[in-house]
Amino acid sequence: MSATTATVQKNNPLTDPVRKQLIDQIVDQNKERPGATMVVLNEIQSAIGFITPDMQNYIANRLQVPASRVHGVVSFYSFFTTNARGTHTVKFCMGTACYVGGTPALIEKTKQILGVEPGKTTPDGNITVEICRCVGACSQAPVILVDEDVVGRVKPNKMPQILKPIQEIAE
Amino acid sequence: MTYFRSHVLVCVDPACLKKGAHEITDALQDEFVAQGLIDEIQVLETSRIGGCDNGPEIMVYPEGVHYVGFTPDDVPYLVEEHFLKGRVATKFVQQEKTFVDEELSDPTSKEVRVVLKNCGKIDPENIEDYLAEGGYEGLGKVLTSYTPEETIDIVLRSGLGGRGGAGFPTGKKWQFCRATQDWPKYMICNADEGDPGAFMNRRVLEGDPHAVIEGMIIGAYSTGSNQGYIYCRAEYPLAIKTLNIAIDQARALGLLGKDILGSGFDFDLEVRMGAGAFVCGEETALMASIEGNRGEPRPRPPFPAVKGLFGKPSNVNNVETYANVPQIIINGPEWYAAFGTEKSKGTKTFALAGDVQHTGLIEVPFGLTLREIIFDVGGGIKDGKAFKAIQTGGPMGGCLPADYLDLPVDYQELAKAGSIMGSGGLVVMDEDTCMVDIARFFMDFVQDESCGKCRNS
Repeated sequence: MSATTATVQKNNPLTDPVRKQLIDQIVDQNKERPGATMVVLNEIQSAIGFITPDMQNYIANRLQVPASRVHGVVSFYSFFTTNARGTHTVKFCMGTACYVGGTPALIEKTKQILGVEPGKTTPDGNITVEICRCVGACSQAPVILVDEDVVGRVKPNKMPQILKPIQEIAE
Repeated sequence: MTYFRSHVLVCVDPACLKKGAHEITDALQDEFVAQGLIDEIQVLETSRIGGCDNGPEIMVYPEGVHYVGFTPDDVPYLVEEHFLKGRVATKFVQQEKTFVDEELSDPTSKEVRVVLKNCGKIDPENIEDYLAEGGYEGLGKVLTSYTPEETIDIVLRSGLGGRGGAGFPTGKKWQFCRATQDWPKYMICNADEGDPGAFMNRRVLEGDPHAVIEGMIIGAYSTGSNQGYIYCRAEYPLAIKTLNIAIDQARALGLLGKDILGSGFDFDLEVRMGAGAFVCGEETALMASIEGNRGEPRPRPPFPAVKGLFGKPSNVNNVETYANVPQIIINGPEWYAAFGTEKSKGTKTFALAGDVQHTGLIEVPFGLTLREIIFDVGGGIKDGKAFKAIQTGGPMGGCLPADYLDLPVDYQELAKAGSIMGSGGLVVMDEDTCMVDIARFFMDFVQDESCGKCRNS
């Protein structure tokens, strides 16, 4: 818990003028729209990469809605994260076709290479490994997403080659 | 009017402009003047010809030769070869694309493409491509010749049922919404294709977004709605981008916004993005999400047609349902109703995935058997293995074993067999698949995605 707090403090968008301005801008642009909470949270998640409890309170305040409502929305949807992610993300598609096509073996192999389980980030903060819902690329199953790129027909022995480019950037 | 023996089209899309498209136009003009050909050949600037990856690009008609990747210095050579010597300057000819569409191949003899008609054929980011294929003709016809009631009647007679899975008659749904005396009314498109193994809607949104938009405008006119929302799942960023481009282009041509095509009818559209929640594919949860809340379903009645989005009458249809509408208007309800079975009319798109030879999208009339779909359209099981089961209707559907291979696929027959049509994902499993493990996988999925309302009741 203390480790998490330390990271959040170090990486607090509300104390960083550039990112705070971005948050304010997103709120101002969308606050009058019907159903603004989802739109604002989606844009902040994609611009900043995470929404900490402090940020949730701040957004609630700016939108003039109860903090519980913003927290309720953030905790309901899997795309919203409350911690900073790694520089890169590797997502494993857990759709039926990918599962049947061997996603579990790919996750096992990745664990061996990176030493982290899905939902975790490598200690150097470089790569976050996640499981995601069907990305709809079933004809190329099993599929993984390296940042925004879809990589299809992946086999466990291809994993080192796929991960290498994003591992190297950190060094 | 002057007649030219040849026309040279120069692509002036942003990507080609960066690579000097205007300089190419100038160089071509100069060279045709120098060679005394300027009265015979016309140079025109046009929008996208190819992929612009290899620009600048030109197209020479009537021959239809596509040249790419040359500079103004190459123009004299090109003109000499092609227009003076009359032979193709092979070194600049665009190579045949080796790109293979893994999701959508040419239709097999048992397929009928209505919804997928334009997918992979037109440029989804260029509204003119859609217009050239008869796009927005259906809307024009509706706005100029039919009353809302007549339009609903056409949709009713076509037998079109909700393609999100339940098959409820679309015309009936529109009637209910029209009958409610409360405004504003909302037209909503459910593009939250959450069933794992289903990707038909994604492909339609990415490949033919205007068909969905046109269907929605026709629906809005019929029900008396002036504002629409397309709720698309966050996992489909390209679909969201393509939709937004399409909406802007439609608005620019007066097909969305105030006084559409001078008819006095107003309608506008907005795309709303989900954030990763399977349950938001359920219509009341979806509306809660658009309202900015947790995507939790609420009991019906009241039905959305009475009290929906923001407490106002709303009509929710699936992507595929809307995409069928323009075709039904243009070709007539009888044409559409001729496809399919007695109770399930028309065609259905399916996403074939798993251990089948040809994975990808298909569109077939209702009533084909599972065997025909898997073996004739899908080419049979991979690696010569034996068929074990096919999953229909997503995680809450069912897995049908070999005994059911001769089952005709329509809403009623699938329900009788204990499965459901669902949105159209078909995952084929071969003899190596462990059904116990699959059952566990589905239970994990539904447990994880449950909103909690059913668990403790």
